[in-house]
Amino acid sequence: MVGEGILKGLAETARNFFGSYVSKDRLTTVQYPEQREPQIEATRDFPFLVYDGADWQQGMRCVACQICEKECPPKCIFIEKSKDKKPDAFGKMQIYPATFNIDISVCMSCQICVEVCPFDAIKMDVEYHQSSDDRFGALLLNKQRLSKSNEYYNAIHPTEASAVDAQRAEELAKLEAKAKAAAEVKAAAEAKAAADANPALNASPQQPAGDPQ
Amino acid sequence: MTHLALMTQHLDQIFVLTSHWLLSYLPIALQPLCSAILSVAAIIIAFATLFALTTLLERKGLGRMQNRYGPNRVGPCGLFQPLADGVKSLTKEDIVPIRADRAVHFMAPVLLVAASFMGYAVLPIGRNMVMVDMNAGVLFFFAIGSLMELAVFMAGWSSRSKYSLLGAMRAIAQMISYEVPLVLASVVVLMQAGSLSTVAIVNMQATYSGIWPHWFVFTPWGFAGFALFMIAATAESNRSPFDLPEGESEIIAGYYTEYSGFKFALFFLGEYIGMFATSGMAITLFLGGWSAPFSFLTWIPSYFWFFAKLLTIISVFIWIRGTLPRLRMDQLMNLAWQFMLPMTLLNLLTTGIWHFMLPGFLRWIVCSTMVIVPCILLGSGLKYKKKFQIRTYHFSQ
Repeated sequence: MVGEGILKGLAETARNFFGSYVSKDRLTTVQYPEQREPQIEATRDFPFLVYDGADWQQGMRCVACQICEKECPPKCIFIEKSKDKKPDAFGKMQIYPATFNIDISVCMSCQICVEVCPFDAIKMDVEYHQSSDDRFGALLLNKQRLSKSNEYYNAIHPTEASAVDAQRAEELAKLEAKAKAAAEVKAAAEAKAAADANPALNASPQQPAGDPQ
Repeated sequence: MTHLALMTQHLDQIFVLTSHWLLSYLPIALQPLCSAILSVAAIIIAFATLFALTTLLERKGLGRMQNRYGPNRVGPCGLFQPLADGVKSLTKEDIVPIRADRAVHFMAPVLLVAASFMGYAVLPIGRNMVMVDMNAGVLFFFAIGSLMELAVFMAGWSSRSKYSLLGAMRAIAQMISYEVPLVLASVVVLMQAGSLSTVAIVNMQATYSGIWPHWFVFTPWGFAGFALFMIAATAESNRSPFDLPEGESEIIAGYYTEYSGFKFALFFLGEYIGMFATSGMAITLFLGGWSAPFSFLTWIPSYFWFFAKLLTIISVFIWIRGTLPRLRMDQLMNLAWQFMLPMTLLNLLTTGIWHFMLPGFLRWIVCSTMVIVPCILLGSGLKYKKKFQIRTYHFSQ
């Protein structure tokens, strides 16, 4: 029949038109500023620096090794080493970044900095509301703006963060065990040294004691 | 009862009475000129507002047909979106190609808008609400309508761009092809009414037998004529599915590729105003103009009925746009010359037979058969003639 297809098409669009007023699940558009889609866990945009504990300066994991700065393909990272040292999470004295800048107008979100970091100090963020009327200043993130807590990292990437935390806990436990073992060895060595030294000390008084025998 | 009748009559004539009252304060010598200015201003304001409303309605309607919201950000329910669009197009840079013919380039959109507004001079918007009651009103309307083709060609030619020129050629080919069935489809009404005056045509239809009106669309030839007229009007106003001169998704804008800013908006305005004018002419010719659809509804003001019918036709236009894909150039031309033209010519014959047969059941059967059978035969014949085959693309392999 001539025109049958047209009528079918008209019925289809009419059904869509009225259906969109009746059933809300037809309208899949997310009304953006008011509604937000939940982000998937693998979302990433720009890097941030992780710190442990409450104080961002004290807990900063970064030790200014500059691997990320060297690896960064668009060269958007700038690091200046500190002159002094501070203890890191494992209690070791490390230098820390005096300046750590990332120009996110240059950053291409490749995640290479994250992959090369041996200290789990730099991770990818999910915050995408970065628009600003200040073209240069607002897009050049300094150390303070980059620093975000480990709790935040756990909140945005739970699986990845818990794996990192477990690894770090294991390392810490290993270090502690090592330190304990070292302490024990040291203690034993001390004891032995003491024992070695003591017989000489003790023997001589004993020998004279035995002498009379 | 008479008091109520007087009130509805006054409500119906409120614009006419207001105009007379305003003009009575002027000296006699100035009255004709001021009357014309007043009518022109009223038409421009009314239909420009309708244009703004339609752009919003179209975007919202199309959105809903595609299960989207449509514009809903500017103002409540996106009601101020046309205002925002207007401000946007006004503040945009107006680029004229360096080698373009500046004068013609400027005049084309102006002419288009002027030509599309001029058709309203003969449209009866309500009882006694026609600007000029010309005795050749329908002829005037189509003569002015063909000015739009000139504007389109001016736009394409003056841009001095091959894309604009090709776009204009295609647009002209389409508009001229569909002008033929458009005029032929409206001729049946002139045959029956025996007048070219739009006011006389509407007055003929504004009578009732029982509760039913005497609209021409309620006759076999009138219905066929209306359907053919609307198809031709869709093509004439370059609307989907015949919007290939513009083809937003393929060729950027056809003949107004080189236009930007407010001139572009003027083309947009001109097309919509032209579409309203052609729809208004369809209402005048076939749908009884300002007359109410039932005799017991005549107390509602006549201009309300005109705009109600116009909005209905606009909604159908939007519905069609949301449904049908764009035609190809050869399909477009085949439809015009192989289907529309024979059907309109046959419809002339049907109208003649209807006129000379006695009123009764028999002429309904004869004329309905004369409309339906050729339509089906021609449609399926054209479909049958088409050979479906696997296409081979030589250059892509």
